[in-house]
Amino acid sequence: MAELGLKENDFKNPVVHWVDARLPIFTAMEKEYRAFPTPKNFNYFWNFGAIATVNLLIMIASGVFLAMNYDPSTAGAFDSVHRIMRDVNWGWMIRYIHMNGASLFFLLVYVHIFRGLYYGSYKKPRELIWMLGVVLLLLMMATAFMGYVLPWGQMSYWGATVITSLFGAIPVVGHAIVAWLWGGFAVGNPTLNRFYSLHYLLPSIIVGVLFLHIMALHTVGSNNPLGIEVKGPQDTLPFHPYYTVKDSVGICVYLIVFAILVFFLPHLLANPNNDIPADRLMTPPDIVPEWYFLPFYAILRSVPNKLGGVTLMFWSVLILFVLPWLDTSPVRSCRFRPIMRWLWVLFVADVLLLGYVGSNQPIGIFILLGRIGTTLYFVHFLIFVPLFGVLERPLPLPESISKRVLGGGALASAAAAARPTEKA
Amino acid sequence: MRALALALLALGLALPALPAAAQGIPPLPHVYWSFQGPFGTIDTAAAQRGYQVYKQVCAACHSMSQFHFRDLAGIGYTPAEIKAIAASVQVPGPPNAQGRRSLVPGKPADAFPSPFPTAAAAKAAFNGVVPPDMSLMANAFQGGPTFIYAILNGFRNPPPGVTVPPGRFYNLYFPTHFIGMPPPLHNGAVTYADGTPATVPQMAHDVATFLYYVANPHADARKRIGVHVVLFLVFLTGLTYALKRKVWSDVEH
Repeated sequence: MAELGLKENDFKNPVVHWVDARLPIFTAMEKEYRAFPTPKNFNYFWNFGAIATVNLLIMIASGVFLAMNYDPSTAGAFDSVHRIMRDVNWGWMIRYIHMNGASLFFLLVYVHIFRGLYYGSYKKPRELIWMLGVVLLLLMMATAFMGYVLPWGQMSYWGATVITSLFGAIPVVGHAIVAWLWGGFAVGNPTLNRFYSLHYLLPSIIVGVLFLHIMALHTVGSNNPLGIEVKGPQDTLPFHPYYTVKDSVGICVYLIVFAILVFFLPHLLANPNNDIPADRLMTPPDIVPEWYFLPFYAILRSVPNKLGGVTLMFWSVLILFVLPWLDTSPVRSCRFRPIMRWLWVLFVADVLLLGYVGSNQPIGIFILLGRIGTTLYFVHFLIFVPLFGVLERPLPLPESISKRVLGGGALASAAAAARPTEKA
Repeated sequence: MRALALALLALGLALPALPAAAQGIPPLPHVYWSFQGPFGTIDTAAAQRGYQVYKQVCAACHSMSQFHFRDLAGIGYTPAEIKAIAASVQVPGPPNAQGRRSLVPGKPADAFPSPFPTAAAAKAAFNGVVPPDMSLMANAFQGGPTFIYAILNGFRNPPPGVTVPPGRFYNLYFPTHFIGMPPPLHNGAVTYADGTPATVPQMAHDVATFLYYVANPHADARKRIGVHVVLFLVFLTGLTYALKRKVWSDVEH
């Protein structure tokens, strides 16, 4: 039972001392973001979580300013967005940041997820971190989809129509659910209003779930490229300054990519059709989602049955929830898994193939490729992952992060060193 | 553009392949634009000629409702010239004493007026299709200004065996080949103030340049600022990386 009353603390600054005694946020920051013991062998793939967090903050900040000038009505939405682009001071920059930031967010999160898959970051004791991450992915997808509807261009309108109609595949109650989602009998003003409201709400929920994601991470500690547990203080470094500065390098590189997109190629990832106002009497020849949904779109279209396609598409994400229990291997990192390493490469190639298939019309060879890709996607999780966890003979694991091991070429530099914990 | 696409691909994600061209549509011609590339800027002389084509040809049918007279400043018109241009056009004014809307001479803050009072009126005049608004036309098609250029140069006699529906015209580059717009340009359709010979390719190129500006009025400023932003960030990345090396210098990792 924790003691109630003022908390002891060592802060010299009297104001900080006074506040921390009553609300120990400075102690928490010190514990979680300065002293927090972090494996010393992270590579740059461990930057992506921090970068995605920065991206989330940029999305929220730019979105707040867009909302100040946006008109969520079918009559005014399109014009208000383009008024932002033309007449609001720096409006073009804020909107290009928000628009391209959404794409970059998915890019960062996908790298983050594939990193987790390669290094086995989803395995015990990190199952909840992983599952909260899948919740974050689903929330992001919902937010991105509803945000894409707001400019009320042709792709906004027809994308909203296609995606909401998916729920019509549910037997018996499907059509009632779709009408309930629309707030009417077609995508219209009520739909736009509620999507705007939810698009503003969901990021707050993302922040909340992100907090839990990090809380769980800071309870069990980070995984690392070797996938072995931290054996003691000689294996770790304090988070600050070692990883604050390393994350900063990644954040700077990310900002360069972001700036090149915003200032030089703002339309690279956008569909030109969305610069045509929504017209319910004119269907665009090709309704394609944003690039980050293409693999899922390909899975949807690979089944010649609407309910089957929708079910498979939802399961393609939901299956990630049970991945920690599908993986039977005691070894986390693919560095020591000679077969899973190549299956991971195959899986990445498969997702890229599905993305390519999703960007093409489902005719000719693309039907076959889509079905092969979809089959391989589920075979990976349902057969390869459980089976090769048992069949594969993993390489010998190093004794600890800081100990050199025989034959571990990748570890040549991981020599035991005095632990430099105290650093300004 | 291609290089960045490859870089993104290398980061592990497929970019959407452009949808395959509709059947029988030739690839767009290669056209040089002054505003292409990271350092390109809008050729204001061409854009001014393009504005003249817009005013004398396109504006008869197409609206450009998001573009204001004041925006002409970005292609080199002076405030006095803009005032005169606006005043020469009649725009809807405030309701008069009888509550009817009157037409008054435009001011720089006014948007370009539409040639038809309502979309329904435009529809009635053009076989049920409203001539698309030109405010974002240069962004709204794959190929952008090059697509506009190709369409304006793409009117042909239909190949043998092809019947063009009534009220439609055969165009090489239009997705269905049958476009509702009659060929809008012919040699000498306008007399350029600067003496440039008004051939169809010249006018098409000029008006596409103008429409690129109309759709992207901040493009020049955007790229200029972008150069500074990227240079700063490269410098900051260098500093941060040096700091990282220094902080990590006492760790064997």
